[in-house]
Amino acid sequence: MGNLFIKCPNCGVTHFEGILAKSFYVCPECDFHHRISSHQRIKFTVDKGTFKEFDKKMKSVDPLGFPKYEEKLKEAMKESGINEAVVWGTAEIEGESTVLCVMEPNFIMGSMGSVVGEKITRAFEYAIENRLPIIIFCASGGARMQEGILSLMQMAKTSAAAKRHSDKGLLFVSVLTHPTTGGVTASFAYLGDIIIAEPQALIGFAGPRVIEQTINQKLPAGFQRAEFLLEHGMLDKIVPRTLMRETLANILKLHKNITEKPKKYRIEQYGLE
Amino acid sequence: MKKRDLEKELKDLQQKIESLKSEVSEEEKNSIYPLLSQLEQSAMILKGELYRKITPIERVQLARHPNRPTTLDYIKYLIKNFIQLHGDRRYSDDAAIVGGIGFFEGIPVTVIGHQKGRDTKDNIKRHFGMPHPEGYRKALRLMKEAEKFKRPIICFIDTPGAYPGLGAEERGQGEAIAVNLFEMAGLKTPIVSIVTGEGGSGGALALAVADRVFMLSNTIYSVISPEGCASILWKDSSRSGEAAEALKIDPNNLLNLGIIDDIIEEPEGGAHEDHEKMCENIREKLRMTLEELRQYSIEDLLEQRYNKFRKLGKFIEA
Repeated sequence: MGNLFIKCPNCGVTHFEGILAKSFYVCPECDFHHRISSHQRIKFTVDKGTFKEFDKKMKSVDPLGFPKYEEKLKEAMKESGINEAVVWGTAEIEGESTVLCVMEPNFIMGSMGSVVGEKITRAFEYAIENRLPIIIFCASGGARMQEGILSLMQMAKTSAAAKRHSDKGLLFVSVLTHPTTGGVTASFAYLGDIIIAEPQALIGFAGPRVIEQTINQKLPAGFQRAEFLLEHGMLDKIVPRTLMRETLANILKLHKNITEKPKKYRIEQYGLE
Repeated sequence: MKKRDLEKELKDLQQKIESLKSEVSEEEKNSIYPLLSQLEQSAMILKGELYRKITPIERVQLARHPNRPTTLDYIKYLIKNFIQLHGDRRYSDDAAIVGGIGFFEGIPVTVIGHQKGRDTKDNIKRHFGMPHPEGYRKALRLMKEAEKFKRPIICFIDTPGAYPGLGAEERGQGEAIAVNLFEMAGLKTPIVSIVTGEGGSGGALALAVADRVFMLSNTIYSVISPEGCASILWKDSSRSGEAAEALKIDPNNLLNLGIIDDIIEEPEGGAHEDHEKMCENIREKLRMTLEELRQYSIEDLLEQRYNKFRKLGKFIEA
């Protein structure tokens, strides 16, 4: 580890992994954001040693007996080193408590099946019970079609949980990373009070290839990229990975009053403490 | 016997019956009556056999049959004094989703549904029933209105899926669907959704976060079209038959999985064979369901709706 060379797929310049890791896997030459695992994402985002993972052992089954799904799951576990396409728990960011979900792009492209839906839903429910904000880092190719209709239903399930969390006046920050598409885009990813994205992230419902086939023409450059979406009013902000932690901390601090008891925050607001 | 042979035999028989009917005079009719009724009975048996034997991909074809009743047909039969309401108040009026208000069995209701075209021109206007973000936003606007005026909502679902296009993406297709799921989960009025043809993915679900979800017996409800699934998994869309089977998209499987609450039987041969009979079957189910849902308090209704979707999913916790 650390001695590997990694070539940037964008500018072609090669760097030591150790150097890249120090810049959060953002290319020092061209600012390309390399794909990172959920483990790395957590490390870059939360205060050291504060992440407490829940439901780590939850695993998918093959509910429909879908051809080759079990093999695919085994491969994905091996490749990613974790049990499913999302990790959730509680953490602190600059001392602010939050529920945190991080999707794993190395697990069947972060696709959403029953386990992803269940873990995201439990994360919202935990946040409601403990009056906590929730941050979700999205990265997904869409619904896990090997689970058929059950994967579609996870969209309804997670959105309903997001609604309950929202109705309690609690904060949800959605961070869209490359790529966020399909059923995840059409459910919790787009339900954040604040929606931010990493530079250049591909974000959309239908995949670019499907659209090209439908309209029978080439798509414009930059279509469905974060910058394009910001221009079209579909994002609050684009935040480079190097500034993500402090941005999230700032957002949490701006919403601090809602998680505390009324009396205390009133005093704090007026600086009487 | 193969399906194609069955179909041919049925067609021949039906032709024979028709020609017999047209050839004989009024006076002669009584004399051939026994023969005619015998022929008609065999035609019925053939039809029954034909539609019992359908494979998953044949059901997909039936669900997409161009002569099936559409949302506007159901409205014509089931809803009195209907007024269609248009537009999302943000961008435009999407013809792929129609909606409005009217009386169902004497009760004011809001009706919303996907609308496929009746011919090529109509289909182009309606994008073959594939909604743009405006469609979902119109649907949500009408649902909010229904909530305000305490009207139950009836949704008819029949779409290949969301429209995969440039404008649809620019205007936030994903966001539009997501917001519908989010808002429907908390909508303070009863919602009943019926899959009347193709229940295609997010485009279908955006009208289906309901207290009761029913499917007509020859319909499908799926996360992806069998063709799409086959082309992604096996890079070969012609293997859609295998995909249709693997995805378990038929009403019986979905009932067993707890996704839908009941199946509404279609008339012999399919809904396209007898629109009126189809509508009567739906009327009966809707009447009973709305009556039942009216008995719950809004709090109970929302709690049940949440739990209905909350429990869906299969996994293990080792």
